[in-house]
Amino acid sequence: MNVLFEQAGNWLPHLWNGLKLSLGVTVASLLIGLPLGFLLSLGVISRSRAVRYGALAVVEIGRGAPSLVLLQFAYFGLPSTGLVFSSFAASVAALSWSTAAYSSEIIRAGLQSVPAGQSEAALATGMTRLDTMRFVVLPQGLRIAIPALLGFAILIFQTTSLCFAIALPELTSRAYEIGTNTFQYLPALTLAGLLYLAVCVPATLIVSWVEARAAS
Amino acid sequence: MAEIAAQVLLGLPWTIAVTALALAIGLVLGMPVMLARRSRWPWLRFLTGSLITLVRSIPPIVWLFLIFFGIGSGYFKISPFAAAVVGMGLISSAYMAEIYRGALLSIHSGQMEGASALGLHPVRVWIDVVAPQLFRVALPAMATFAIGLLKDSAVSSTIGVPELTFQANAQSMATYRGMEVFSFVAAVYIALSVPVAWLSRILDRRLRAKVSR
Repeated sequence: MNVLFEQAGNWLPHLWNGLKLSLGVTVASLLIGLPLGFLLSLGVISRSRAVRYGALAVVEIGRGAPSLVLLQFAYFGLPSTGLVFSSFAASVAALSWSTAAYSSEIIRAGLQSVPAGQSEAALATGMTRLDTMRFVVLPQGLRIAIPALLGFAILIFQTTSLCFAIALPELTSRAYEIGTNTFQYLPALTLAGLLYLAVCVPATLIVSWVEARAAS
Repeated sequence: MAEIAAQVLLGLPWTIAVTALALAIGLVLGMPVMLARRSRWPWLRFLTGSLITLVRSIPPIVWLFLIFFGIGSGYFKISPFAAAVVGMGLISSAYMAEIYRGALLSIHSGQMEGASALGLHPVRVWIDVVAPQLFRVALPAMATFAIGLLKDSAVSSTIGVPELTFQANAQSMATYRGMEVFSFVAAVYIALSVPVAWLSRILDRRLRAKVSR
């Protein structure tokens, strides 16, 4: 373990750049995935059967297939259709799909937890369906969904480690690279593990604080 | 395509073995971890809580690398399969402990008090009173977790366990038909999770019928 302390200074800048890339993929996937997830959640509860089944298929494939397979599908599979992605674009595409699929279920659960009487009352007072959604159901439903969405954001950050498999130089890839170059796998990977902890532990504490606040 | 599918399916037993063994480790080790998590000694509670957070905050792939390359590249050799089972088993122990703990919260404390007031031995209280209810309450969460574990087992392809995703990768490189190969393997994973969900619903109904309400 002594190597860890001797080399930490040399390795940290390299790993730090990897961590920034991991966070970049996380943020990009959330920015694209969450709005899509919201649209999918509306699709799944839509009254039109075609829209409902279409949205359900996107959600169930996104949740049912391992993220690793989605990543490899985007990076190794799509080029045969002529769509060539860089490893960053492929990572963001695959993880946005994952995000959209999982968050749509979280948002749907939030929207459906708003008592039906709320929207019935809004419709009875003459509000249009769109206004009922916009002013009555959404503000309450999204608030319920927020703690679960934050928890999911941490999960997506951890999932970016799988981009190792499609040669994206994020945190895990860089720790592995240091390992192969120096044969110091244990200290390099330990350092990467500590960096993941440094992000996830405070984030987890914040999420449980938000959860506790939302519950009271 | 049939040939490719047959090659990919060679990985199926490995995927099932990694998932089932890791789940079994979690089901067994999760119990003592959960008991330590709600021990009467604050230091043990804190220690267990921190360990659970530690295990869950580091991505599975990093755990597998730490075990396979970190520990396994020294004097202590470990096969990819063993490393995957140990790593995934470690992770599922931490998750199962939290699932058990959540389920235990839903069992009324009067149940335990009543059982011990009747003179039941503490071990019998756990086996005859708490455990049957605990498993019933925990079952849906356990099924969700098992399906998640099945998908996470794909990560073991990165350390060379010849499971589904590993075979898919090899086929995609050999045939340059990544599109078909990865669509097929995704369909296999989805098909695998359907029976687990179905089995959990049946088990749930049976356990409900057995234990009152």
